[in-house]
Amino acid sequence: MAISRRKFINMLTVGSTACLALLSPITSWAAWASDAFNATSPDDAYKNLFGSTDTVDSDEVKLKVPKIAENGGAVPVSVKTNLKDVESITIFVKDNPQPLTATFQISAKTIPDISTRIRLAQTSTVTAVIKADGKLYSKSQEVKVTIGGCGG
Amino acid sequence: MKVKAKAKNNITSVRVLAKHPMETGRRIDKESGEKIPAKYIQELTCEHEGNVVFVAQLGTSVSKNPYLAFSFEGGKKGDALQLRWNDNTGDVAKVEAKIK
Repeated sequence: MAISRRKFINMLTVGSTACLALLSPITSWAAWASDAFNATSPDDAYKNLFGSTDTVDSDEVKLKVPKIAENGGAVPVSVKTNLKDVESITIFVKDNPQPLTATFQISAKTIPDISTRIRLAQTSTVTAVIKADGKLYSKSQEVKVTIGGCGG
Repeated sequence: MKVKAKAKNNITSVRVLAKHPMETGRRIDKESGEKIPAKYIQELTCEHEGNVVFVAQLGTSVSKNPYLAFSFEGGKKGDALQLRWNDNTGDVAKVEAKIK
């Protein structure tokens, strides 16, 4: 039996959907928040990641970052909190081309105390946002940079 | 990827140093004048006895050779931790580390 043109196209679509279905677990495994990471303004990144820009300034968010960084390419940051039911810890650099820097999912067993090193393109405000019990708490600090970490 | 994990008072603290260029895609190669394509770690996870104890999603603003420190409840000396990262080009690295 010869395969009609329509049938052939149908086969193609079914085949490729099956391929996609097979591939998607690998890509979605990451579930990387691409829209939020690619956002170029802090507000867009907030909206994409949390669905809201409403954050409450809180001293419960303990952000440790130097006031002056000689090298913007590697600025040590640590964030911790005593808040209960922490869901995530997120770091934003306001004046970077892509403000969302890193987001950490905190499970029931993870202790909400993380450290990393980040890049600052220029002097900017660094903000840590902690999502706890469905609410967003934040703390910001300005970091002065003498040599930028992004760009050529 | 270098991993150091230590257990103390039922809390395991982990320090990770992943070897990765973390190219932003904005840097320009000085010799050819062309942009260096983006290559950066998107996600790093740590598993302990089948449970995911830490998930980090990273963007281009994280320094090259990313350093991460975190801790979780549970874990004892000799336990194995499975760490894995994947980057935007599809590269994956896995490493197993023992808690000391």
